[in-house]
Amino acid sequence: MQSPVGAAVSEPPATPGPVVALKGLTKRFPGVIANNNVSAQIFPGEVHVLLGENGAGKSTLVGMLSGLQQPDQGHIEIGGARVTVTSPRHALSLGIGTVFQHSMLVPSLSVVDNFTLGGTWWKRPDREGQAARIVETAARLGLRVDPFALVSTLSLGERQQVEILRALMRGSRCLILDEATAMLTPHEAVSLGELMRRLVAEGLAIIFITHKLNEALAYGDRISVLRLGKNAGEIGPQELRAQTDAGNTARIIALMFGAGSGSAAGEGAPRSGREPGPLVLEVAGLTAGAGRIPLQNATFSVHRGEILGLAGIDGNGQKELAEALSGQVPSAGSVRLNGREIGGMTVGGRRAAGLRYVTDDRLGEGTVGAFPVAVNFLLKEIGSTPFWQKGLEKPQAIRAQAEEHVKNFDIRTPGVQTPVGKLSGGNIQKVLLARELTGSAEAVIFAKPTYGLDVQNIRATRDRIREAAEAGKAVLLISTDLDELLELADRIAVIDRGRIRGIVDNDARARDAIGRLMSAGEEP
Amino acid sequence: MFTETFLITLFLGAVMAGMPLLLAGLGEQLSEKAGVLNIGLEGMILAGAYAGFLVAWTSGSSALGFLGGAGAGMIVASLMVVFCVILGLNQIVIGIALTLLVQGLTALLHFVQFSRSYPRLDGMQSWPVPGLSQIPVIGPMFFNHNPIVYLTVILVAVFAWIYRMTHLGSALQAAGDKPAALDAAGVDVIRTRALAVLTTGALAGLGGAFMSVAVAGVFIPFMSHGNGFIAIVLAMLARGRPLWVLGGALLFGASLSMTTALQVAGVNVPVDVIQMLPFAMVMLVLLVAGRKASLPAALGESFERGAR
Repeated sequence: MQSPVGAAVSEPPATPGPVVALKGLTKRFPGVIANNNVSAQIFPGEVHVLLGENGAGKSTLVGMLSGLQQPDQGHIEIGGARVTVTSPRHALSLGIGTVFQHSMLVPSLSVVDNFTLGGTWWKRPDREGQAARIVETAARLGLRVDPFALVSTLSLGERQQVEILRALMRGSRCLILDEATAMLTPHEAVSLGELMRRLVAEGLAIIFITHKLNEALAYGDRISVLRLGKNAGEIGPQELRAQTDAGNTARIIALMFGAGSGSAAGEGAPRSGREPGPLVLEVAGLTAGAGRIPLQNATFSVHRGEILGLAGIDGNGQKELAEALSGQVPSAGSVRLNGREIGGMTVGGRRAAGLRYVTDDRLGEGTVGAFPVAVNFLLKEIGSTPFWQKGLEKPQAIRAQAEEHVKNFDIRTPGVQTPVGKLSGGNIQKVLLARELTGSAEAVIFAKPTYGLDVQNIRATRDRIREAAEAGKAVLLISTDLDELLELADRIAVIDRGRIRGIVDNDARARDAIGRLMSAGEEP
Repeated sequence: MFTETFLITLFLGAVMAGMPLLLAGLGEQLSEKAGVLNIGLEGMILAGAYAGFLVAWTSGSSALGFLGGAGAGMIVASLMVVFCVILGLNQIVIGIALTLLVQGLTALLHFVQFSRSYPRLDGMQSWPVPGLSQIPVIGPMFFNHNPIVYLTVILVAVFAWIYRMTHLGSALQAAGDKPAALDAAGVDVIRTRALAVLTTGALAGLGGAFMSVAVAGVFIPFMSHGNGFIAIVLAMLARGRPLWVLGGALLFGASLSMTTALQVAGVNVPVDVIQMLPFAMVMLVLLVAGRKASLPAALGESFERGAR
């Protein structure tokens, strides 16, 4: 699919002009304008960050650059020449390589077979030669890749490195990284940042798409902010360097959300030191899960109006704890709600007793994507009055209740009959909150409630959690974000390798105490 | 009862009965690898059985009969390609529809053409391999077969080679596991899948023709008798390994031909019990090995560029 333009591009322009230029791109989907007259210039040797909250139109822009979608208006220029990018393959031949958020490697093939994919069909892939080239290029970039490993055995970070390598080895001069850190561990994200620095040092242009402000500042040479599908502003390299991080942060927040938005972290003072109410949730010797890290012998209690935080590195038994409490996995031990043993009850029974669980798997187990918003509000009480009577649906009651929820929880949706899967992550979270926080809730478990949300929705969700506690509910807040816990919780428990290592009051010494508990080492 | 005669009879019976399973199973494996769950396999076998018999009877040549069978299988498969691969309709629904269509059509054609005369083909000569077929026990078991049998065993090796050693093998794997990645690599996913499904049709049709031309010598309506579905199970259990299809086909073939072998051995068991064997075997094998059977991630999903 080599186009005449592709050939023209291979000569580098005399002056270091932009590698890629977006000229007034507009893309409409039914009911929304995803991109409205977006322009940007991508220069070699720069990490160009496209920053925007969920739904700002970043993915659509990537889609047009990589040839998955065509702009309705405007065009793309590569090396100064106007091009129409027809497919990812074509984009690659033009020198634009994309690493999508979701891996584009074939999991059941080895790394080297993923590189040789697409060769003349009856020939043998030159596996040895390709493997040698992979190892060589990887070494040059300071990466270690086993070319004969099956992709399905690699970690997400390793898969991403392989995809970056592949894009480079196919001659990309502009690399697009779409939400590249979303699936990575913090450690892997840092190595990705270092890799990006090495790549731009070689003269590559990188487009780094993210909704995380701190990453934009840490890795970006130039930051373009998208807001509601439009250019909200751009900060060039000189301006970025001239300002302090705090100054840049304030400027970007103003661009992303319009002036006057508060920052994400901590306005609320720590809530420690108030009179504890009566005990609501008492957990004793709870043991569950048979996986690599089972939950062992968890004992704690939550008072009325109290927020108990649960800190810990993700995957240390938090999910097992939440699911054991909500009754979704079998468990041993005692769970008492308002003095009543609910450990033997089903999921529905516990919910009826007043225990609510806001899952972090919002689209998987939290909602049914294809169902309307209105039905998702009632997902856990389908068939019950007044929304169903004698087995028949009462659409008016359902609609009235849904419209009230939409209003009270500020859910941005075209209508209550819109499938919930079409909403953005933040609004799906609001649907979940509306469902779990209304009615007869006594105790609420939040699992990573702000994970993957943008700044505004994080703010709104944290407010809801605080309101829930103030309304007298007992709250268990599971989070991997220590600042969030320090902002919201009254007491903080620390979980590590399936065991609760200790519970501390949220006061001035809490941060140190939690750090000590998390790194306490072997079995107590 | 495990005399030499019993073993040889059982083995030869297993080969004859297992051959359609092996051919269809190899085809289904190919098609599943590429991401198309071919439920129409039973129909393709039946179409091959009918067309194979018709051509062999009209022309007097069993070689032409086999070709006709493979062609008829491909015609049915081309419908599958149009509906499922190109138009992206539901593979299971279309597969069932194709099977029912072919069952009805071949039964009708058979009724119109042959219901008065019931013609029979002469039995086919086997091709003994010179020298090797003279070895006691081993000779009659392995080196005295219908040419299609040798061809199919070679095919097993050829498929194993394609899967492991060629770009085509990687492309097929990608078409079933991550079609978007294959598309991005510049290979036409639709064409890759179409090639796989058409080949499946030819193999299943050949298997059907083997049934009517080489084994039975007649065409009987519905004579494929669940073979297509057993072959689907075989392919699923074998995942990407053609040799496993060979082993599985012999195992099921043995249980299908148990009746004859037991009669030879002088044991009298009701035929109905014996005819249940292969299906009981399917359930048994699924119980033992079914948990580990992993299928391609995009199996049964149509491919559309840029869709999420």
